Amino acid sequence: MKPILEVSNLNYIYSVGTPFEHKALDNISFSVERGEFIGIIGHTGSGKSTLMQQLNGLLKPTSGQVLLDGEDIWSDKKLTRQARFRVGLVFQYPEYQLFEETVYRDIAFGPKNMGLNEQEIDRRVREAAGFVGLTPEQLEVSPFDLSGGQKRRVAIAGVIAMEPEVLILDEPTAGLDPVGRAEILGNVETYRRARNATIMMVSHSMEDVARLTDRLLVMNGSKLAMDAAPAQVFSHAEELVQMGLNIPQVTQVFLNLKKLGLDVANVYTIEQAVAEIKRLRGGAVNA
Amino acid sequence: MEGFNLSDIISVEHLAYTYPGVEDTPGVPVFEDMNLKIQEGSFVAVLGTNGCGKSTLAKHFNSILLPTGGKVYVCGIDTANEDRIMTVRHNVGMVFQNPDNQIVANVVEEDVAFGPENLGVSSPEIRRRVDTALKQVGMYEYREHAPHLLSGGQKQRVAIAGIIAMEPKCIVLDEPTAMLDPRGRREVIDTVSRLNREKGITVVLITHHMDEAARADRVVVLDKGKVAADGTPREVFSQVELLHSIGLASPETVELCWELNRQGFDLSLDALEPEECAQALYNAVKA
Repeated sequence: MKPILEVSNLNYIYSVGTPFEHKALDNISFSVERGEFIGIIGHTGSGKSTLMQQLNGLLKPTSGQVLLDGEDIWSDKKLTRQARFRVGLVFQYPEYQLFEETVYRDIAFGPKNMGLNEQEIDRRVREAAGFVGLTPEQLEVSPFDLSGGQKRRVAIAGVIAMEPEVLILDEPTAGLDPVGRAEILGNVETYRRARNATIMMVSHSMEDVARLTDRLLVMNGSKLAMDAAPAQVFSHAEELVQMGLNIPQVTQVFLNLKKLGLDVANVYTIEQAVAEIKRLRGGAVNA
Repeated sequence: MEGFNLSDIISVEHLAYTYPGVEDTPGVPVFEDMNLKIQEGSFVAVLGTNGCGKSTLAKHFNSILLPTGGKVYVCGIDTANEDRIMTVRHNVGMVFQNPDNQIVANVVEEDVAFGPENLGVSSPEIRRRVDTALKQVGMYEYREHAPHLLSGGQKQRVAIAGIIAMEPKCIVLDEPTAMLDPRGRREVIDTVSRLNREKGITVVLITHHMDEAARADRVVVLDKGKVAADGTPREVFSQVELLHSIGLASPETVELCWELNRQGFDLSLDALEPEECAQALYNAVKA
């Protein structure tokens, strides 16, 4: 099967020909399969947001290509428009973009713009609300009467209602408490499984990306510095710190265990750490 | 910490606060009988889920909100005393989540000068304070830069400089790192921790990041308008079940030990640093 997204030799320069000219993306290439959960990490200004906006045609490459299902999204106006629906983008603090009188109408805004009929819009609004755990009663209230975490879920539902094959989220959990974070990440994972959708999540939380993603793209100074599984990425602790990032605390614990002379694997979630410590103690008892 | 104490810079006594209702709807009570004292020179982290009242409490510390019942004293001054509001605000400075909402000038040093200018400080004194403040947050070399071109962590440090240029006794920071990358977070927390240690400025840090709270002298956990836990980071974070029941979590080092204990280990729950956690695990495995 063709990859759902393929980015090849992508370059993007802001404000070409002015004193503010700045290369934001430098020869980026990668491809993404259906159903993958990908984390994008990188310091502020590394090019993460610019990259996201390339993937659904909000920004046009200076050179290089973005292929959606094998077709260049800039080869035809129709394809560019389609890319905006097929690749859904949830910006940072999306709750500030809510504007309708009811939650229902806010979620319906995207599907309406797609030119769908009332019945289909209704189905999509209700399904999207279900994915993010909003009740039918909540659909009728003003979005401004909801809590911050609920508002954010309404905003995400608005994008899910367009049924994107690729859902891109820019720091979906910023400013939320641990329960709020877990809920939103659970909603996203439910959507991925139900639709075999691809998720691309920009995050500054190494713990969150470690727990959820299959693969990490690490952006550094406008370049794609790493493209690998979390275990491999987090084994480069020093490089990550130099890039202004860090590694999950459990990974740091295990690097210290290595220094103490234990032969341990690289771990990056608590579950893996528990299994590894139990294995070590078991081994010690048997020896 | 019962009774009046000169060393308390902030004293919250039987605080009640209800947000005003809209039209006919009743208001939302946040606090009914909240009590808390903060000692001068301490570094206190305040944790709690979204909606627990953290920010509402912080806004009482410099008269942005006034109690609907009970009292809040800052340096012994009743925050509801209209004649003394400027004194209260002079003593307690606030830094908010979004650095972009706090920048008022086109040049870093002018931005930092804004506060002391409003206090009617003389020009030579403003010059001295701005230079000192920028040096204290490590932004002196950027004094002639445009603030909007700085990174998030740098912008927050400029915002902090703007506060310390008013020479407050206490700084209250409401989720100052929620929008920052890992390096930006480190920069901001290192800065406030240094101001506390070296300048004796009282720091109240509201955060969702447990690793940041672990660097305070004291952690106060709020739940449903009440103090649910209060102690040193080690004392508070070892109460893992309590934190989970509120919807919070401990740092990963503690969560790991707690999970291992549930599976038959007997580890103490007070390791907050990766090194000490690794040592404890090493001892357990080798025992």
